[in-house]
Amino acid sequence: MMRGNRTLTIGISLVAFSLMMFLLSFIWTPYDPLEINPELSLTSPSWSHWMGTDENGRDILSNIVLGSRATLITGVLAVVICMLLGVTIGIATAMSPKWVESPAIFGTDIVLALPTVLFAIVLAAVYGPSTYTAVFAIGIALSASVAQVTRREVNVILLADYVTAARASGSRNLRIVRTHVLPNLRASLFVQASGASAIAILAESTLSYLGLGTPPPDPSWGRMMASLQQYLIIDPIFPLWPGLAILITVLGFNLLGDGLREALDPTLRRDVE
Amino acid sequence: MTELLRAHALSRTFKLPRAGLRSERSVRRALVEMNLTVNEGDRLGIVGESGSGKTTLARLLLGLDIPTSGTVSFLGETLPLSDMRRFRRQVQVVFQDPRSSLNPRMSVEDIVLEPLECLAVDEPHSARIDEVLTSVGLSRDMRTRYPHELSGGQRQRVAIARALAPRPRLLIADEPVSALDVLVRDEILALLANLTENLGLTMVLISHDLSVIARLCDDVVVMQNGVAVEQGKTVDVFRAPSHPFTKTLIASVPRLPEPS
Amino acid sequence: MTLLQVRNLTIRFGRKVVVDDVSFDLDAGERLGIIGESGSGKTLTSLAVIGLLPEGAVVDGSIVFDNVEILNRSDGQLSSIRGNHIGMVFQEPLTALNPLMRVGKQIAQPLRIHRGMRMKAALARATELCERVGLPDPERIVRSYPHQLSGGQRQRIGLAIALACDPSLLIADEPTTALDVTVQQEVLNLINELVREQGSALMFVSHDLPVVSMMTERVAVMRSGTMVELATVSKLFGGARHEYSQMLVRAARQSDDEFVRISEGGHR
Repeated sequence: MMRGNRTLTIGISLVAFSLMMFLLSFIWTPYDPLEINPELSLTSPSWSHWMGTDENGRDILSNIVLGSRATLITGVLAVVICMLLGVTIGIATAMSPKWVESPAIFGTDIVLALPTVLFAIVLAAVYGPSTYTAVFAIGIALSASVAQVTRREVNVILLADYVTAARASGSRNLRIVRTHVLPNLRASLFVQASGASAIAILAESTLSYLGLGTPPPDPSWGRMMASLQQYLIIDPIFPLWPGLAILITVLGFNLLGDGLREALDPTLRRDVE
Repeated sequence: MTELLRAHALSRTFKLPRAGLRSERSVRRALVEMNLTVNEGDRLGIVGESGSGKTTLARLLLGLDIPTSGTVSFLGETLPLSDMRRFRRQVQVVFQDPRSSLNPRMSVEDIVLEPLECLAVDEPHSARIDEVLTSVGLSRDMRTRYPHELSGGQRQRVAIARALAPRPRLLIADEPVSALDVLVRDEILALLANLTENLGLTMVLISHDLSVIARLCDDVVVMQNGVAVEQGKTVDVFRAPSHPFTKTLIASVPRLPEPS
Repeated sequence: MTLLQVRNLTIRFGRKVVVDDVSFDLDAGERLGIIGESGSGKTLTSLAVIGLLPEGAVVDGSIVFDNVEILNRSDGQLSSIRGNHIGMVFQEPLTALNPLMRVGKQIAQPLRIHRGMRMKAALARATELCERVGLPDPERIVRSYPHQLSGGQRQRIGLAIALACDPSLLIADEPTTALDVTVQQEVLNLINELVREQGSALMFVSHDLPVVSMMTERVAVMRSGTMVELATVSKLFGGARHEYSQMLVRAARQSDDEFVRISEGGHR
């Protein structure tokens, strides 16, 4: 199934890299990321500090490692929320009678039209910025698109003769969902989840950049980018590090999603005549 | 003679989606005032081309769709019955394309088990699965196979086994051999003929293929554009068709050259 | 005059051999049928002749059309033959036509490519062709989109496209299988007529023996990639040599007899 699927391999490697940083953050960082050393403020990369230090003299590398937590936790949690919510709404809408389906589609469209960030700003304004407001906002915003894609896919599955046959065999909706819809939806869900992860991570970085995500002192790549940006003149490499970290992680998840789609789809279609 | 299924003034109209911004929606009359009676032991054929309404009729007779007007009754009771499971235990269906009528992710065993579980069939399921697989000419070790591991003919046999598992009285077969290779068609038709005889099964066979109808059905209904244009004993209708459409249909059957 | 010479045609996908050592000739104006069930390799054989095999197909052997070797020729060289000297009609009229282009324009395409006609002239010729394939109200049809036409009409358009440049060979792959039986007869008669008028050779691929026997004089029987028999229609029905051909003939006879019994109340 995965013979020579370069996209998938690269995707997996990049995601694995981020995951390793995440795991590493629990065991060891080169320095204490939160330790302030004003005398070391804004030093360029050196042998003692590979990525340099920020304006508070904190080791950037250690902060990048620790920052992976906020990013990945937000990413994963947001995706869990959006998938659970989105798939449930998608399946329920697809299997509802027309008079329920139409307003539901309309509602989904409205949520879809709302920019994630705007939604998060509203939530942050009400509940104050935190990792969890970010998770919640991103999860809900993404669930709309998951719901829409899922609904369309379920509608296609429902057209299959074997679903009609199941009804003729006495199966009722819940059983049809369990036995026929979900198994055939699996591949699409994997792909959607990967894609949603990439968006969630990017969204978290954006929110943090705007100050609406993980509040200080806990590091977050987005916020790091925002604060280090001001010191471009001193050394352009400073904001590059968190930017690179975001880029690698988002790219990784995107490629993972694409690679999965490539790997899973043709296998499904391969028919032994 | 027990009347099993009856369609009375059955009509089904579909509203087509709006084209553009016009406010009126056009309708498609899939079935118009259809009257049909299926008695126990009948082998009824329904002949028509695409768009004739035959599939719509099948779905209505199976209670898988609700008529726009008119009724379908089973043993005198109008559908939908309060206990649809009782209906489904007695009226089953085989579809045209075994590639799409079997869930590719379910094993043969799961596929045949489904109706037994859903319809709460009151006998040991595993033994019944073996029994019905044997009756359609499949061996017991097929249970663990998946549809993509089977040939077209074998898949259709599985579909038939699934339909027969709850021991129905009536089997509706919608183009059961059209998607199969020519040589395999013969086997499946022979199987259906045998089963209807041995199990005393009543059968409604839908097909566009007149030779299939000729082989298996004693009575026939000819449909065109949602209307039954001619009905009667197969021999009578084929020998002396009265409706022009029936005549055209019969004349269109490709014939073999005379043997040299 | 031999128009097409296929010698030892072998087609492989990876290690799987799907067409195995197939050879046959086709003379100018001759009508050959290729009959087989699904997986017999009949469609791939016809695609090989027009040089339209799918990606990943490894081909061996030789196909010579009008003294030109077809196999392993570049797409550029083949495209001057396709639609020009060899025309092809496919099974599914709905997918063989571009849903976003008016049918007149689609018929005009081969005329513009191969005959260098300007759009206006090509469309005029397209209208003529629509009339020739028996479509009523050709001016309206030419401006229509595929989804506005019936299956039978679409297949006629497919024929018009295939025959636009007066090809010397028409390949028809299950052209009527997706059509209703009543329409099937009309389209088959049409193919017969046009091929005869133009003097083109016909390669008719199908699984339906009665249809093939009606449309062709010689039949090649294929099974699992091999050509098991090559005989005239009368010889095939009179006494086929290969067991498989006999089975096919028997099955067709049985259906036919059944039908005769019911509709005429007697045997032949």
